[in-house]
Amino acid sequence: MAVSVAQRLSAAGTANALELRGVTRMFGALAALTDVSLTVRPGERRAVLGSNGAGKTTLFNCITGDFLPTLGTIRLFGEDVTEFPAYERIRRGLRRTYQISLLFTGLSVLDNIYLACRGVSRGRFSLIRPRRNEALMHSAEQLATAVHLIDVRDTKVAELSYGQQRQLEIALALAGAPRFILFDEPAAGLSPTERRELIEILTNLPAHIGYIIIEHDMDVALRVSESVTMMHNGRIFKEGRPSEIESDPEVQELYLGGGHG
Amino acid sequence: MASTDQLTSRVDASGKPHKRAELYGPANIPWVYWVLGFILLLMPVVASNFVLFQIFGWAFILGMVALSLMFLGGYGGMVSLVQMSVAGLAAYMVAVFGHSGVVQISLGWPWWLTVPVALAIATLFGTITGALAVRTAGIYTIMITLAIATAFFYFVRQNYGVFNGFNGFNQVLPPQLFGVDWRQPVPIYYLTLFFATLAYFVVIYVARTPFGLALQGVRDNPRRMAALGFNVTAHRIAAYAFASFIAAVAGVLLVWLNAQISPGTVAVGPAIDILVIAVIGGIRHPIGPFIGALIFVVLRTFALDVLVLVGIPGERFQLLVGLAFLAIVFWSPDGILGLWPRFRDRMRAASSLTAERDRRL
Repeated sequence: MAVSVAQRLSAAGTANALELRGVTRMFGALAALTDVSLTVRPGERRAVLGSNGAGKTTLFNCITGDFLPTLGTIRLFGEDVTEFPAYERIRRGLRRTYQISLLFTGLSVLDNIYLACRGVSRGRFSLIRPRRNEALMHSAEQLATAVHLIDVRDTKVAELSYGQQRQLEIALALAGAPRFILFDEPAAGLSPTERRELIEILTNLPAHIGYIIIEHDMDVALRVSESVTMMHNGRIFKEGRPSEIESDPEVQELYLGGGHG
Repeated sequence: MASTDQLTSRVDASGKPHKRAELYGPANIPWVYWVLGFILLLMPVVASNFVLFQIFGWAFILGMVALSLMFLGGYGGMVSLVQMSVAGLAAYMVAVFGHSGVVQISLGWPWWLTVPVALAIATLFGTITGALAVRTAGIYTIMITLAIATAFFYFVRQNYGVFNGFNGFNQVLPPQLFGVDWRQPVPIYYLTLFFATLAYFVVIYVARTPFGLALQGVRDNPRRMAALGFNVTAHRIAAYAFASFIAAVAGVLLVWLNAQISPGTVAVGPAIDILVIAVIGGIRHPIGPFIGALIFVVLRTFALDVLVLVGIPGERFQLLVGLAFLAIVFWSPDGILGLWPRFRDRMRAASSLTAERDRRL
């Protein structure tokens, strides 16, 4: 919260938001990712497409630090974070959502968002209860409003509908001052109305916030991204603008033809 | 602002609505606290010295040790069997640094120096144990802490240089502060009541602080906590430090109440008793360990008489404790605490039925 927008923009302008060089991840003898190199500019919005098992979520897990890559380097805003634990990357402005919601089901909506705000600010070990008018509490309420959850802020997360849990998942990724976000299938299981709301949230993000979105719904994916990376069997298969990817015959055969369109 | 009111009164560990407001004015204190407070404060008027000393003194102390386990287990999802060892180490340190009957070991420091040193050493021990245990989960955490508790027991029993081996220390007396002999039943009743109450409210308070909330987040979903910027390992170790401090305070009171400390107090049996106490009472709310401790101490004290009464040898009192444990775990996995919501729901169902009937009439 202490970092001003201007500072963030200038920091974001100095280096690529994300730079992967030769990232490989083995699970035993199985290569989930093979020699993936990927560069995302600050503020760029990229869709990652590919069939199940193409390595998309493994890519996210390597970038967040849920596990380390077997080979290769990962740079976040110019800084080599390959060996960093997940929380250090998050504190540097990286965020992510999960394909299957990973929420604190025993806590309320606002507590969940409050924790997310607290995680990227000082006082994580504070033994003072949050006060009225605390800045972080206001941010939490603003986020709850932004994802249309303000009316259920005191509801236990276990009692939320699936769509609401997906929205909360996004709110957690927007907490603090995100600079780069990884969205893992945010639209999965959402109703058409909820999808429209999701597209609205994504397109209304401040321009300096870049993201990568994994999305099976081409309609959502191509509408919220300006570049596309196709993955296949753990490798990058093709990169380009949404229109190029859409009309690429190889891509159509491999992916769009597979009944996903 | 209504929102902050709701914020502070939202959930306790079980996630159930919790009616305690953040403002601590008398009007905001639930009637249960008033009633319980009056009963506990006036207890010495009606209760015998034996009950004050042997039942309530022990229940408050064992309740605090079990509370430290409840904090780790209920909020942190970590079951530690080392809490009694932490309390025992604090008790030993009071004897080693302060006064005891074993003059060749005890250093005879004044109490105001002995107590902080004892608390610090025991808390450090608990924190280091935590640092070893937090990288494991579930059954392995239990195994590691049990192994450390067992090692600690054998160590103090065999070490004569510091821990005086098999004999331990006797005549460890509380200081004669304010002209009061704190080992008399009524003073020690109030002393243990004071610290037990304090520990209870501190835990209640901390559960809603960023530290406590984050700990519950770590319990529910450590991976996500890391993805929100939290250092999960550091948080868990800090929880051990906090819990160990509570156990250490209980340990100081224990050696003052008991006037002695020996390996038997930190054996594997007592370590597991703490878990039994926490489970009997319920680990979803800080009051559970105290309920469990009271039941445990009452059983431990009177089971012998009951058994003799029905013609079974008195030394089998553990049998009754075991049976009570079995019954509670069988009928209410959430401990005694788990019985209350069920009872309340049943009463509500009953009253709504009678209300229905009244309307018809």
